[in-house]
Amino acid sequence: MTSPMTPGIAADRLSDEALAQNFADLHEPLEPHEVRVAADRCYFCHDAPCVTVCPTDIDIPLFIRQISTGTSEAAAKTIFDMNILGGMCARVCPTEELCEQACVREASEGKPVEIGRLQRHATDTLMAQNIHPFSRAASTGKTVAVVGAGPAGLSCAHRLAMQGTDVTIYDARPKAGGLNEYGIAAYKSTNDFAAKEVDWLLSIGGITIENNKALGEDLTLDGLSADFDAVFLSIGLGGVNALGIAGDDDDSVSDAVVFIETLRQSSDLASLPIGRNVVVIGGGMTAVDAAVQSKLLGAEQVTIAYRRGREAMSASRYEQDLAASQGVKLLFNVQPKKVEAEGTSVVLEVEYTATKDGKLRGTGETLRIAADQVFAAIGQTLATDGGLTLEGRKIAVTGAGRTSREGVWAGGDCASGGDDLTVTAVAEGRDAAMDIHVTLMGGAN
Amino acid sequence: MADLTTDFLGIKSPNPFWLASAPPTDKEYNVRRAFEAGWGGVVWKTLGSEGPPVVNVNGPRYGVIHGADRRVLGLNNIELITDRPLEVNLEEISRVKRDYPNHAVIVSIMVPCEEQAWKDILPKVEATGADGIELNFGCPHGMSERGMGAAVGQVPEYIEMVTRWCKQYYSKPVIVKLTPNITDVRSPAAAAKRGGADAVSLINTINSIVSVDLDSMSPEPSINGKGTHGGYCGPAVKPIAMSMVSEIARAPATAGLPISGIGGVTTWRDAAEFITLGCGNVQVCTAAMTYGFKVVQEMISGLSQWMDEKGHTSIQDFMGAAIPNTTDWQYLDLNYVAKAEINQDDCISCGRCFAACEDTSHQAIAMSADRKFSVIDAECVACNLCVEVCPVENCITMVEQPAGSVDPRTGETVVDDYANWTTHPNNPGAVAAE
Repeated sequence: MTSPMTPGIAADRLSDEALAQNFADLHEPLEPHEVRVAADRCYFCHDAPCVTVCPTDIDIPLFIRQISTGTSEAAAKTIFDMNILGGMCARVCPTEELCEQACVREASEGKPVEIGRLQRHATDTLMAQNIHPFSRAASTGKTVAVVGAGPAGLSCAHRLAMQGTDVTIYDARPKAGGLNEYGIAAYKSTNDFAAKEVDWLLSIGGITIENNKALGEDLTLDGLSADFDAVFLSIGLGGVNALGIAGDDDDSVSDAVVFIETLRQSSDLASLPIGRNVVVIGGGMTAVDAAVQSKLLGAEQVTIAYRRGREAMSASRYEQDLAASQGVKLLFNVQPKKVEAEGTSVVLEVEYTATKDGKLRGTGETLRIAADQVFAAIGQTLATDGGLTLEGRKIAVTGAGRTSREGVWAGGDCASGGDDLTVTAVAEGRDAAMDIHVTLMGGAN
Repeated sequence: MADLTTDFLGIKSPNPFWLASAPPTDKEYNVRRAFEAGWGGVVWKTLGSEGPPVVNVNGPRYGVIHGADRRVLGLNNIELITDRPLEVNLEEISRVKRDYPNHAVIVSIMVPCEEQAWKDILPKVEATGADGIELNFGCPHGMSERGMGAAVGQVPEYIEMVTRWCKQYYSKPVIVKLTPNITDVRSPAAAAKRGGADAVSLINTINSIVSVDLDSMSPEPSINGKGTHGGYCGPAVKPIAMSMVSEIARAPATAGLPISGIGGVTTWRDAAEFITLGCGNVQVCTAAMTYGFKVVQEMISGLSQWMDEKGHTSIQDFMGAAIPNTTDWQYLDLNYVAKAEINQDDCISCGRCFAACEDTSHQAIAMSADRKFSVIDAECVACNLCVEVCPVENCITMVEQPAGSVDPRTGETVVDDYANWTTHPNNPGAVAAE
């Protein structure tokens, strides 16, 4: 067995026990008594601020009150009514920037009601009973193609199925779930939850998933438009931005997204090779997920290098602190310059930055960081636009996800607007589904 | 430091905290532990007649209403009087009193409503050296079905009769414990006084069913699928007990009759409140059964600290101090005008005041788009609901409107003069102002 100090890139740096502990639930589920105490702290606010900031508008005070009266199943129904992926959102939502930040107890005492964990308790309770609380309306006779089985696509498909429409979901990958399955840190979705959640969601019926079918390769928008009454695109951002610096073609440089995906699909974490020295370039959730998981796999030195200051990081302060608590070093105001081979590994040279006249510039001062692996987490791009009008680098949408082409809607990370959160994708999929339904049924538009 | 010693009917105790007649005082072992822990006195668990003792159920005896974090708010019990032989209890009482001469030991008694039964037991109790007796006319379950306990306490004539027997056959103080399961507690209290009682103690427990098992459809505690009403006590009953105490303290027929206050005393503050309403001491049960005997230490230190802060050197200093301010509704000052005021710095914008006022009261709170809440004086009747539902203590307060100001709700100028309903023009029975 190797150790965190073993030079280069190596597997088996930590024992199986250590790995199991490292990749266990980030937040343990609440125990029954903890649930009662946590639920009791909710003030049942009028027109509650937590609901206002929830992208899916879950009636939080109501579901917490339902929990507190011993009806967690009813609480789950309240959650799923608005957010069919409420189980995953309970695990991955940056609640510290959404509902829990808005909680009046956060304002008054710095300790919000633990909304995320209570939501998890409710959704887990119902899902553990294998109960699907929704049934399908009478058939509309309509069919809709959903491209991409991530949060937006699943949410859209479920809502359409509920309304009585038959849905076929096409997904480029072998498994459904999108980033829930292939992205996101493993310790936020343990025990194969993403796959279980998809199975549970599909149990409403009326949804068929066809895997390994990618838009632009196996499918065309023209073909889908001809075969279905409507199309919903939720293809995410399949491409990754390259570093664009000298030496970025070295084997030591790879995409953080690919690293996370490999880790999520691994059935034996010990077998995953990881560098002794790892540098992650970027400032978002992907960067934090890659850095923390590198550390948890046994990397000795892990650094996040971000070109701006802490306040500009899109990863929340909570996530930054999580990384720091795992021993990840956060390096701010540095931009990558080049990767140079040195011995059996490489050195990443970064240049310090400063903002002058509103523009970020290099200061000329540099720092050299030893690295066995460099992960780029500097954003993702649309893999195909299907010939649709773009807004910036995403598919332009108006209203509830309407694209420039009639009969084609889009939502989730591939569509303009939104903030690339799971919960936002769910909301967009849901709202597009309702708009599609109304449109197909000849309603007002 | 304040002197907590009390003299109740000539019975001295180191502090006003007595354990009520209940499970905690059923045995010598418990009572010794209680005295060591600091309790000032005990009322020994109720003794019955000589002969085979009563039997209790062999299933659950208690049921509880829980608050957050399983805090015990109300306790229901279906336990009967002592189920140990009379002789055993009497011997234990003698030993305890001998070893704790400075603590109060009162013996609770419940025997059939026959003179001979009392004539038989009282000399035996007297022989123990205990400081007095308490007549259990309040137990609402089991014993009342046998013509004792609350069955006696609900008939003032019986109370008077039995009390008289006790005064006749027993030389020390007689305390009559009253049941709240009656429409007007002043009537049994007056009967006790007529019978010669030295004091009354109240309240005994309130008839109660605390919960129903929705699977088995049995009231709880459930004994093999069946339940019965029990007696309710604990923090939840304190307001009912204090109201009854105040009525006895204020009624001309019973004013001045010593009272031992019982009902939900959980902290020093509860005790102080009972004493201000005329009690000479208090009796505690549920708090001890929930937290153990040690809880009395907080009661002692808290009451002592408060008395020092207020400059009270003895219990007598504030005993009954709230009685003159306890009146009938018709004498409340209708010229007193207050308005709610929300401290914006303390407000956490939960909106509970708004929901409560808008939905259920007077639409007197405005909510802005950015969740600022403010009182609309022209609508506010000062009902206090917003104060009570606000999770932040003292964020909303009731502010007295000064004389000379105009109440925008009524358009009338606030005046200093006292005026009440008895002289109000809207009162058909109004009497002319003097």
